[in-house]
Amino acid sequence: MNALRRSALWQLSRARMVMFLREPEAVFWVFVFPILLALALGIAFRNQGPQRSAVGVEQGPGAAAVERALAASPDLAVRVLAPDAARVALRRGAIAVLVRPAPAGPPVLIYDPTRPETRLAHLATVDALERAAGRTDPLAVRDDTRVRPGGRYIDFLLPGLIGLNLLGTGMWGIGFPIATARQQKLLKRMIATPMRKTDYLLAFLFARIFWLLLEVGALLLFGWLAFHVVVRGSWLAFTLVVLVGALAFSALGLLVASRAQTIEAVSGWMNAAMLPMWLLSGTFFPADRFPGAVQPLVQALPLTAANNALRAIMNEGAGLAATGWPLLLLAAWAAASFFAALKLFRWE
Amino acid sequence: MLEPSTAFPAALSCRGLVKRYGDVVAVDGLDLEVRPGECFGLLGPNGAGKTTTIEILEGLNRPDAGEVSVLGEAWGRGRDRALRQRLGIQLQETKLNDKLSVEETVTLFRSFYARGPAPLEVIRQVSLEEKRGAWVVKLSGGQRQRLSVACALVNQPEVLFLDEPTTGLDPQSRRQLWELIAGFRRGGGTVLLTTHYMDEAEKLCDRVAIVDHGKVIALGTPAELIALLGADHVVEFAVEGEPDTARLAALPGAGQVRREAAGWLLSLRTPHVTIPALLAELERQRLPLLSLTTHHATLEDVFMSLTGRTLRDGA
Ligand SMILES: Nc1ncnc2c1ncn2[C@@H]1O[C@H](COP(=O)(O)OP(=O)(O)OP(=O)(O)O)[C@@H](O)[C@H]1O
Ligand SMILES: [Mg+2]
Repeated sequence: MNALRRSALWQLSRARMVMFLREPEAVFWVFVFPILLALALGIAFRNQGPQRSAVGVEQGPGAAAVERALAASPDLAVRVLAPDAARVALRRGAIAVLVRPAPAGPPVLIYDPTRPETRLAHLATVDALERAAGRTDPLAVRDDTRVRPGGRYIDFLLPGLIGLNLLGTGMWGIGFPIATARQQKLLKRMIATPMRKTDYLLAFLFARIFWLLLEVGALLLFGWLAFHVVVRGSWLAFTLVVLVGALAFSALGLLVASRAQTIEAVSGWMNAAMLPMWLLSGTFFPADRFPGAVQPLVQALPLTAANNALRAIMNEGAGLAATGWPLLLLAAWAAASFFAALKLFRWE
Repeated sequence: MLEPSTAFPAALSCRGLVKRYGDVVAVDGLDLEVRPGECFGLLGPNGAGKTTTIEILEGLNRPDAGEVSVLGEAWGRGRDRALRQRLGIQLQETKLNDKLSVEETVTLFRSFYARGPAPLEVIRQVSLEEKRGAWVVKLSGGQRQRLSVACALVNQPEVLFLDEPTTGLDPQSRRQLWELIAGFRRGGGTVLLTTHYMDEAEKLCDRVAIVDHGKVIALGTPAELIALLGADHVVEFAVEGEPDTARLAALPGAGQVRREAAGWLLSLRTPHVTIPALLAELERQRLPLLSLTTHHATLEDVFMSLTGRTLRDGA
């Protein structure tokens, strides 16, 4: 134990770990911020049960009968309105469909067919009116409306937040201290000692794995306690994706900081590297929504690979076999960035 | 000047050192030899090439031309790490990690070396025991400088490099550092230091090289260099009007006369003879005296007489 404590690699790794924990800002962005984000978005987009569509009935003869017919539908909220008030409500979107009873024959439905929620209301209105007129269903389908586990927005979001956090800590947690040390001539001071340069860089990776346990653990625990988000698939696959992902983003951080002489320079490069992933990698909504032309780029980004793999494992119960491809892609990013960083790295 | 001794191999030596940065020639054919156990000072104005020279000797900077030998070894021959085990280095402008404590910092540096005293022992040497648990960010400038020296002492080095170790320190901290260096030398260590402070060089250094524009322009013990002036006192005076400097230089016991920002400097050997004669001469030239002070000649005066500039003028 004493020999270990005296070893340079242990001392360097330990120094990295404690320095990180002594930066209140770093601790906030790594631990507190993602949890606040998950909490806010998880509540904002929680499933609120089936929604009713608002429809209006224009006052006049026959209005009462129409109102009765519509009120029988569980999907509709009905109001009877004076003609002027009805027009205003329709224009403002307070009601999706306006039903104008006709003195003879079926009523007229007034609505704007270009909006999806309006068409939904229209369908439900027609259905309710037909039933009231005595329609019988030719095919009696049965409904099963229970919410499937893993299908909520928070289930989608949490793996994405883990991925985003891996990216953030990898970049900031490694790029920043290296650029600072270079600017303050600390790197030069370090190589004035017999310290092995590989020890210095390895210490970053060890410290990184230490924070990883803390940050991923904190997010998982929070997700479980607050929203019952669980890992349904293989824990081995989960651990591997998180580990290889962290290494890939750390290597990217190392690459970005390999030459930067100032904090400003390294911040600029980091944002340039992270921006495409923030935008395209599907942290907050699915990345498949981007047009086919950009999909090759989207799918090649390491954060996309990490997010997709984490979602498959956590929500779809995927195992190791199903995560082979994203793992390979992440490993390739890690290796390529690391070797490029070693080639480019400047100690002064 | 002393001839380089051939009986002892030099602790440090360099020959024909050249370093260029674009058009700037930072070091211009510089030769040095530092003997084992000696404290050697590099003295010179800003931009003279002191840091460049010392960093080339430390193996942190590559010269464009010239040869370097450190404890009989050369850099870049595959033995650099073994050589670094034997050196202690303090850089001119290193900022240590703010969020590590004094003890953590020293322990970290100690872990890079195979041999050396315990971290607490080194912390005691630089009188930072009371601050051992304090973060670097909470230290004063002088305490940080002492910590930086502590990091250079963790391996009980054979050669200690100090680049402006006392710049920005208060007189008491400077004195503490001087004592530290003296203690290190009692243990048989060799020191190469750079400084702007003449009194520091005179106090600490066995030999001094005055460097200007990347060249050594004078070399010797402080006493030898001062003897180059041919006078060991200096009178500074100011008068209304222009004195006839040829007549002043011809006064009994007088040496060189030089103009200075605030007046004139006259070096002289015998104050009790020359000063009355100077006063009489100024009277004769009808120049009212505004001020007059005297001091012992220092390396500052040597530098001025060699270059016509003061050390703090810059290059
Ligand atoms: N990395 C560099 N790039 C370009 N020029 C440099 C570099 N380092 C030093 N110089 C130039 O080389 C010359 C010598 O610089 P050096 O730092 O060796 O001076 P110094 O004697 O240590 O000065 P000071 O007393 O101010 O520390 C200066 O003119 C400086 O501008
Ligand atoms: Mg310097």
